[in-house]
Amino acid sequence: MNALDTFRDAVGESGAVCVRGGGTRWAVGGLPRPGTREVVAPSGVKRHDPAEMIVSVGAGTPLGDLREVLRPTGQETTLDGPDGCTVGGVLAVGHSSLRRARVGALTDALLEANCVGANGRTFTAGGPTVKNVTGYDLCRLLVGSLGTLALMGEVLLRTRPAPEHAMWLEGEVEPDEVAAACYRPSCVLWDGTTTSVCLEGYQVDVVEEVSILRRLGFREVGGSPVLPPFRARWAGNVPEGAVLEIGTGVLHQPLPADLPLVDPAVARLAGRVKVSFDPTGRLNPGRDPYREAA
Amino acid sequence: MEVLGPDRVTDGSAARRLYSRDGSVIEGGRAGPVCFPETTGEVVGCVQAARAHGRAFVPRGAGTGLTGGSVPCDDPVMIVTTRMNQILEVDRGRRVAWVEPGVVNLDLAHHLAGSGLHFAPDPSSQQACTIGGNVANNSGGPHCLAYGVTSAHVAAVEVVLSDGTVVVLGEEQGDSVGLDLRGAFVGGEGTLGVATKIAVRLTQDPPKVATLLLDFVEVADAATTVSAIIAAGVLPAALELMDRRVVEAVEPFVHAGYPLDAAAVLIVELDGLPGGVAHEVGLVTRIGSQGGARTVRLAADDAERDRIWKGRKSAFGAIANIRPDYYLHDTVIPRTKLAGVLDEVYAIAERHDLLVMNVFHAGDGNLHPLLLFDSREPGVMERVLAAGEEIVRASLAAGGVLSGEHGIGLEKRRFMSLQFSPEDLAAQDALRRAFDPDGIANPLKVLPTGASCGDVNALDVVPDGVWV
Repeated sequence: MNALDTFRDAVGESGAVCVRGGGTRWAVGGLPRPGTREVVAPSGVKRHDPAEMIVSVGAGTPLGDLREVLRPTGQETTLDGPDGCTVGGVLAVGHSSLRRARVGALTDALLEANCVGANGRTFTAGGPTVKNVTGYDLCRLLVGSLGTLALMGEVLLRTRPAPEHAMWLEGEVEPDEVAAACYRPSCVLWDGTTTSVCLEGYQVDVVEEVSILRRLGFREVGGSPVLPPFRARWAGNVPEGAVLEIGTGVLHQPLPADLPLVDPAVARLAGRVKVSFDPTGRLNPGRDPYREAA
Repeated sequence: MEVLGPDRVTDGSAARRLYSRDGSVIEGGRAGPVCFPETTGEVVGCVQAARAHGRAFVPRGAGTGLTGGSVPCDDPVMIVTTRMNQILEVDRGRRVAWVEPGVVNLDLAHHLAGSGLHFAPDPSSQQACTIGGNVANNSGGPHCLAYGVTSAHVAAVEVVLSDGTVVVLGEEQGDSVGLDLRGAFVGGEGTLGVATKIAVRLTQDPPKVATLLLDFVEVADAATTVSAIIAAGVLPAALELMDRRVVEAVEPFVHAGYPLDAAAVLIVELDGLPGGVAHEVGLVTRIGSQGGARTVRLAADDAERDRIWKGRKSAFGAIANIRPDYYLHDTVIPRTKLAGVLDEVYAIAERHDLLVMNVFHAGDGNLHPLLLFDSREPGVMERVLAAGEEIVRASLAAGGVLSGEHGIGLEKRRFMSLQFSPEDLAAQDALRRAFDPDGIANPLKVLPTGASCGDVNALDVVPDGVWV
């Protein structure tokens, strides 16, 4: 029996069930209802094909393990998350990387997912190629769904060339000046006073852009600033202690944010999607993708 | 109920005939009343009118689709969005533009020219196709290799659902709150509702662009070079392959400088900051030479780059000089399998005594084999359809998929169960039912149902002016 079949049998056909990944963001969207059975998705990197820029991996694989496999080949994925997180956990939570401007949105990373549905049977979403519009785009629907529609067992991810060189800088400069001075920086953060910039690419280009930013008043630093733990959606100001991702509108702040107001018509549509995939509500009960601020 | 004035709705036979077809080979569609709404509210009215009369509705943009996605079955209300053609707002700071669905892709490109920003998807039909159609089909184009297909460039979309409800899916910036219903909607081929406003993401123009033309005496060498470039860690902005027959067809008109004795040419476009582009030009030149390229030519200036691209983009117009008709497929295969599958494509065409030409997005393995024929020749259409099916099967056997950018529509429904299991299709249907519980939004498209679309049965006449 292969790993996916084992996972399918563990999920079974009835009873409330949730998947435990690294547990690093276990409370996002709400804790599983008490009494929910925990299962674990398959782990391990099955196949990396650099010439296709794809990697096939068990959803339970620690993201760090995947990075170790990819690093010697000079490739990376779009996935990012806290230390100890798993591939499936990152996809379920659905937060794009801070480096989204370079690596793309997380929702574009998942090419194919072998899932177990609420009926306990396996199905495949998406397809094995890097370009594919065959049928409905279930992969994007699954990313960020917190395992409430189906449980991902094995996934095929897009990879891409990793940058040759990376550099973080910061300076007491308005973030708009960076947009005017640089070509598609990987990340720009703003805490209301200081702008932090990540430049990535070929060394020759990064060095050139570093010198441009130095003239604007930036200095080189060791890495990303430490981000406060809670996410919110930018509402036009950057509160004390918060850090704004320029270009995504995600605000990292010290205190939990209010939940977003969801248009009732969108909520009804989302509810129909949930019922359509999981009529009895057995997949990750207690969790709600709309119960997170950003 | 009156939804639109008499100048913007018609059930005249000429209009109904005109809107019974799209850019595909599919004939026999039957349109009901043809509506030209100008506002979201009017689209809601059209949907409600369809419901009130027990009819389905079919959204339609410019009708350039190649798989019958907007071919109507059984007299539905046609909701034609071409009059919703305003660019509503361009926010250069946040790099988002709100547009109406009937905005033509190339008009948006012209509107943004000189701003330092652009909308990345550039389907070959971009002079005619609409952004709404791009959203419906999750369209591609040569420059989607590095930048991604339409879905990666749609931040949010206002949708009229099949019950007349208006929802905005997605966010102007960042990840979707909750489920990515935006991502699910894009590529829905009009079966999930009607897009009435679209927030597209704008991409910063690259400071440096280099366009290379490589020519090969063996098609297989060109194909192998494609995957060698990717394997070397270069992700070109575009990577296109044209075979000998395409070169012979376009060169006399375009004078792009394609060598007429080449078995295949590759167009490789690299962009970014100058240092990296120079490095990648060197790398691609070396890989190409080692891979059997006779010459590697770097476009010296914009004029030369434009000529190289003009040849690629006019390929389909030039084909009319070889045979009056053509039929094309749109499959994707792993790029490392390109050489072998191309061999098979040539063999399939030869077996069916058909001419085949290949001009396609090689960098992402997206094949576009064109079968050339003269529809006046008795029995030729059977051979064309048989060859097409063999190409689809060969692509699937190589680990590929049915469509890379044209969609499923009516044309490829019958192949869906070759790629997907019943459980896979049930999951897709679960999404569709959630969006359209009554099954009135562009019914009978995408998923195989067993039901036939009205009188549509013959794929026997090929229209003029098809793009890939």
